[in-house]
Amino acid sequence: MDVKFKVFRFNPETDETPYYDVFKVNASVNDRILDCLNQIRWKHDSTLSYRMSCAHGVCGSDGVTINGSPALACQKLVKDYDYTKEIVVEPLQFFRVIKDLTVDMEPFFERMKAVNPEVHDSSADLPEKERLQTPEERSLFDDAVKCVMCACCVAACPVMLKEEPAFIGPAAVLRAHRYIFDSRVTDTEKRMKVLEKPHGVWSCKSYYRCTLVCPKQIKVTEAILKTKKKILQQLHSK
Amino acid sequence: MTIYEYDVIVVGGGISGLVTALTSAENCRVAVVSKVHVTRSHSVAAQGGIAASLGSEEEDRWDWHMFDTVKGGDYLADQDAAEILAREAPAAIIKLEHMGVAFSRNKEGKIDQRRFGGHTRNFGEAPVKRACYAADRTGRAIMDAVYDQCVARDVAMHNEVFVHKILFSGNRCCGVAGYDIANGELLVFHAKAVVLATGGCGKIFKVTSNGFASTGDGFALALDAGVPLMDMEFIQFHPTGIYGLGILISEAVRAEGGVLRNSTDERFMTRYAPTLKDLAPRDIISRAIMTEIRESRGINGADYVHLDLTEIGKERLAQKLPEVTSFVKTYLGIDPTETPVPVAPTCHYMMGGIPTDTEGHVVNANGTAGSGLFAVGECACVSVHGANRLGCNSLIDLVVFGQRTGSSVIAYVKEVKMQEVIAEPEDAVRKKIGSLLEGDVGERAPLIREAMQRVMTEKCSVFRSNVGLQQALTESRQLQKRCANLGVANKTRVFNYELEEALELENMLKTAEAIVVSALQRRESRGAHYHEDFPERNDSEWLKHTLVHASLEGLKVSYKPVTVARFTPKERRY
Repeated sequence: MDVKFKVFRFNPETDETPYYDVFKVNASVNDRILDCLNQIRWKHDSTLSYRMSCAHGVCGSDGVTINGSPALACQKLVKDYDYTKEIVVEPLQFFRVIKDLTVDMEPFFERMKAVNPEVHDSSADLPEKERLQTPEERSLFDDAVKCVMCACCVAACPVMLKEEPAFIGPAAVLRAHRYIFDSRVTDTEKRMKVLEKPHGVWSCKSYYRCTLVCPKQIKVTEAILKTKKKILQQLHSK
Repeated sequence: MTIYEYDVIVVGGGISGLVTALTSAENCRVAVVSKVHVTRSHSVAAQGGIAASLGSEEEDRWDWHMFDTVKGGDYLADQDAAEILAREAPAAIIKLEHMGVAFSRNKEGKIDQRRFGGHTRNFGEAPVKRACYAADRTGRAIMDAVYDQCVARDVAMHNEVFVHKILFSGNRCCGVAGYDIANGELLVFHAKAVVLATGGCGKIFKVTSNGFASTGDGFALALDAGVPLMDMEFIQFHPTGIYGLGILISEAVRAEGGVLRNSTDERFMTRYAPTLKDLAPRDIISRAIMTEIRESRGINGADYVHLDLTEIGKERLAQKLPEVTSFVKTYLGIDPTETPVPVAPTCHYMMGGIPTDTEGHVVNANGTAGSGLFAVGECACVSVHGANRLGCNSLIDLVVFGQRTGSSVIAYVKEVKMQEVIAEPEDAVRKKIGSLLEGDVGERAPLIREAMQRVMTEKCSVFRSNVGLQQALTESRQLQKRCANLGVANKTRVFNYELEEALELENMLKTAEAIVVSALQRRESRGAHYHEDFPERNDSEWLKHTLVHASLEGLKVSYKPVTVARFTPKERRY
């Protein structure tokens, strides 16, 4: 069957303003949105740009906005949308568009870097064997380990989009949470202090948009709230 | 054009590349150059586990691991290399744990371990729990920790740069040249040493578990540099890819109790491997599945079988295999706790690759190393995996040989002087890109790619024959000729993926020809190379590594001996 895709276009070499192209794609209901984008690029218009790599939702390359909501193009199928109408594909919000669906991800990776101030195997008293950690302790950060760094949460965050663009953002807090709640990590206070800087964890207003859109179904907001609570307990209750 | 200078350039940012970079960063200026952002490398897709004889759950020994690796590889692995892998694996796991890898744990708080295909106790007696894991996201868990370590140590990363040429000054490697995918700018990375960590080439086939970036770039770079490729005929087809899509369903599913069934609901692996059954090595199971399909016992007469997870139980699936459960739900719309999953073999892994010694030095056609060129990971062939890799042995290979390569890079860099930049180092890249961007539109990459994938899948996968391989050779050469007339319609410089895919197609076709030429010559069946005209293994003539290298008259094949030590080749039964 034919499915219409309305795709955001912008080429910095020739265009002053963005526009949309509509492509008719011969798709089946079980095709991934990424398959449809590939069909467009391989058969209709080879100038269309978007990132992709693993094509099954583990590498985090192909975050785009589909019908207004951030998602991985390889994890959503045609049948997940009303395919009798145009399916609209746009770049992730918040980020600067470079070309078509390709955005500048540097601000995302810079934020991830900011919460990772320290290598944590530097202590001299590491045991000869592995450090022990019970399954219960391990489960405290299990959700955060699922993160594929696709930035969908950032692109959905009302704080980042409308209120405070400098906010460190849900993905970076989740990354910090991953280490703060890891029983093996000893320098948690340093990491918490990073989150306490301006535009840090306290800027989160729990809109829950990050949780709603996360392709890995991570309870991002809950992880942020737990992080806030831990900061209060550990840094401010003395 | 910009010229960067480092001591060492690592091409590829998967786990082997990052471990090499991290290790060498202790003592030299290192940069990772990757065509995707490094966190998108295909190492993150590794699911089931990483092998080491830690003995968390039950008695295990490194020499049992070594034996399984050698036997699993149908005795083509070099036993000195297999010994290093098995001996150093436990320490490598502890090192990863200390870096922060989020391994799953057992009740005592130790790193949990589970069974995996071909891994046994006491030299083949019964399955052993040797696979350390992080649910079914083991690659992601390792990648995240290693990436964070690299970030914390400020390892330079040049993301989205396509490397097209290895630079040499005389016989010495002195960097790489390529271009910035983001803006088309020509880039030269001047260095004392280059490490290829470019991964595999699954995209040569129609159905693969590999991502779009797995296009054999390192193989083509090596061939172009006059470096041979070793054992390229040995390609692993993982038995359980999601039917049609090829997305991997981890062997861990069978370790946790999943079984394969044919159209009569029979657990057919009991016929093919009475001892290990569904946990036999991958080459054996893939052949068994294809045999069932050929003998009309595919489900509904079609070309797939069922992977039955219904006995595992909801809770166990959610805890140990959440990722594959979600793949099945997302892409097939079925609940694996209730309905069996349609699966078929999917192209998964290259056992062959760029020949190296056990320190990561690339060994040239004349048998010498020390040119400043190194290789590591899937693109390298040490050889530890021989003719068939065991599950979980890839991740441990990346870490053990990543560390060893990093160390030998440090030693090499200390010894040699930085050379002058050669004249016009960007010349080849400029010409290549120029001819594509400025030339006529001509042949288009997607059509040639499809033809290549079709012929390789039909003629060069689980079963092979003289006639079929001959056809594959003819066709892959015709396709390369058509490639000479390749053009791109997209003439822009910013994120021009049509251009990148054209360059990748050339790399895949060169790799495909090397695979087919190697396969045609090997007149026996061993491991993943099953030749229907020669269905038996033949140690007296073929217990040797294939080498293929480019010459003016085309690809030339030669051979080199296998290092056999402790374990004398025997018939392989499971």
